[in-house]
Amino acid sequence: MNFWTDPIKLAFDGLMGLFSSWGMAADAAAVVINLLGIVGLISAVMVLDILLVWVERKVVARFQDRLGPNRVGPWGILQPFPDIIKLILKEDITPAGADKVAFNLAPILSLGSVLFLWAVVPLAATIYGVDLNVGLLYLVAAGAVGTLSIIMAGWSSNNKYALVGAYRMVANMISYEIPMVVALLIPTMLAGTMSIKGISDFQLEHGLFFFLTPLGALLFLISAIAELGRSPFDLNEGESEIVAGFHIEYSGMKFGLFYAGELLHAFTFGAFVGVLFFGGYAFPLPWGATNAFVAVFNVLFKGMVFYWVIMWVKYTVPRIRIDHMLAFNWKFLVPVSFTLLMVTAIFHSLLKDTGFWPYTLGMFLVNLIFGWLLLEMLRSRGRAEREQAEAPSTAAQAAHH
Amino acid sequence: MGAQILFFLCAALILISAIMVVTVRNLIHAALWLIATLFGAALLYASLDASFIAVVQVVVYIGAIAIMFIFAVMLTRRELLIKTDQTNANWPLALGLSAVMLVALGYVIGGFGVTLNTTPAAIPAGVDPLTLLGKALLAPEAYVLPFEVASVLLLAAMVGAVYVAMNKK
Amino acid sequence: MLNPWMFVGLFLIVGLLIPVAAIVLSALLAPRKPNPIKLSTYECGMETVGDSWVQFKAQYYVFALVFLIFDVETVFLFPWALALNALPFFAVVEGIVFILILIAGLSFAWRKGMLEWV
Repeated sequence: MNFWTDPIKLAFDGLMGLFSSWGMAADAAAVVINLLGIVGLISAVMVLDILLVWVERKVVARFQDRLGPNRVGPWGILQPFPDIIKLILKEDITPAGADKVAFNLAPILSLGSVLFLWAVVPLAATIYGVDLNVGLLYLVAAGAVGTLSIIMAGWSSNNKYALVGAYRMVANMISYEIPMVVALLIPTMLAGTMSIKGISDFQLEHGLFFFLTPLGALLFLISAIAELGRSPFDLNEGESEIVAGFHIEYSGMKFGLFYAGELLHAFTFGAFVGVLFFGGYAFPLPWGATNAFVAVFNVLFKGMVFYWVIMWVKYTVPRIRIDHMLAFNWKFLVPVSFTLLMVTAIFHSLLKDTGFWPYTLGMFLVNLIFGWLLLEMLRSRGRAEREQAEAPSTAAQAAHH
Repeated sequence: MGAQILFFLCAALILISAIMVVTVRNLIHAALWLIATLFGAALLYASLDASFIAVVQVVVYIGAIAIMFIFAVMLTRRELLIKTDQTNANWPLALGLSAVMLVALGYVIGGFGVTLNTTPAAIPAGVDPLTLLGKALLAPEAYVLPFEVASVLLLAAMVGAVYVAMNKK
Repeated sequence: MLNPWMFVGLFLIVGLLIPVAAIVLSALLAPRKPNPIKLSTYECGMETVGDSWVQFKAQYYVFALVFLIFDVETVFLFPWALALNALPFFAVVEGIVFILILIAGLSFAWRKGMLEWV
């Protein structure tokens, strides 16, 4: 048992020896050790979450040509800690007329639904919570709990604007869940497994899925951004129309939980893009396959990169209207995602036995052609609509002259 | 022993929340209790190692059907909900039918020869139930026809939804 | 080792206890001086007018219905995608027929104007 390849097993065996020397039954000791591991993993994730508060504030400041937090600690990196102390010490207000149980349960489920996801993130070949054979559907199921928390928050606040915000957000989330699940079907098909660790391991031997299905990766990223409710899909917020959406009545720590959940959710989906399409723990540093510490670095690094992409989109693209959002999903993304799934299925079945290079190049080329056809179709469609919209006015102008 | 305790905890969760669904007056609370019931069923599936059914239970029932219920409840008027009676004149009949159903189910389950000490059979090593499910669904000699018919059924549901929506306008 | 679902169960419990702990900590340390004005609903900076139980557009329900149908469809497609590698090309055709039938449903809904946000 090497410390660098499998530190978890080493710790497990050490603790097992310690507990059995105390006279604990092996089953009970295994449960206690797993519990310790879970608490350790979730605590590490929460520490990461605290760091994300600083990252988000610093990056948005740079996008908006500001300095961002720069007073507490070097580059303001200690800023989240005073923030947390402030949140804890704030008076917690439950508005009159709120439904107490649902009002308190909503922020707990909101952060919980994001933490649940970390049970299936493979951080290294040997460091992962659990290798579920239905990992990808588990990801979708945890998202369902998040949807539920939003509708509970909006309804229990006894505030029309919160309810409208929650409804829009939920309509957004359930709509974009379809292209997201279809995007998840593509790695399932390529790897022949639904286990997230299985997909990650499969890419060690067969190359990154990004090269086999670049459009699938893009589809997953777009629908993940929509699922997160981040700009351009932040219909729940709409400061000008519905104040701040479903969490308008929340204050203090409960608001903090929603905020922490949102940031961690964005980072977690960034990590999933890295794990599912960019080779998991063995890319970009190849030693990740054998060295557990490099592997964890790889996963977190890619999570940070895609988290940055999500922030980049958020702070440069304006919000779109709800009818545009739904039309973009149901009239464009859903048909496109199913077509992509069918095309991928056909070419994957035809090419999979032709060897590494023909297969990879073929799949990449198919995606390239598909994307090009899509863009051409969109362009001609856009031109037709523009001409239709401009036609009456030009006709009227001609008549005027 | 642990499996039995787990089963009774899940069963208690399902039954208590099911009773709450039909007794609470607030329809949103009823929907939330319904979610607890459905989650209890998912726990039962998980405790039987039926991974796929367990997550599908959460994805479809909690993620889609419960959300649809809540949307539907918000389409109704509040005054209507508070003033209506929760039972109607047919409740003795319903009670009788439920009792008959309970006895019939008890008779069927009793025929399985299952006792309280029965534990679920473990999945044999090297068998991936999900791939087997996929193969069974697609094999021409097995369930390919039901698989395609399911698609037609969903199409029918979609057509139905369109007509429901058109009547609303 | 532990049964995977046992592990998930423990994970769910700990994952819920962490936010609960944060709220409890805040409740212990934070001041608590409620008064009726402070507890009034914030709404949008104005006093709340009427009931918050507003009637919603039927359109939300319609989209939830369409979503439900497609959600069930994708659930059926997971076993298909899983088993594809082990099956002949005919299996791909079966899956494509399955998807096309539902795409027909989507285009029907589209034509009838159900996907419009009116």
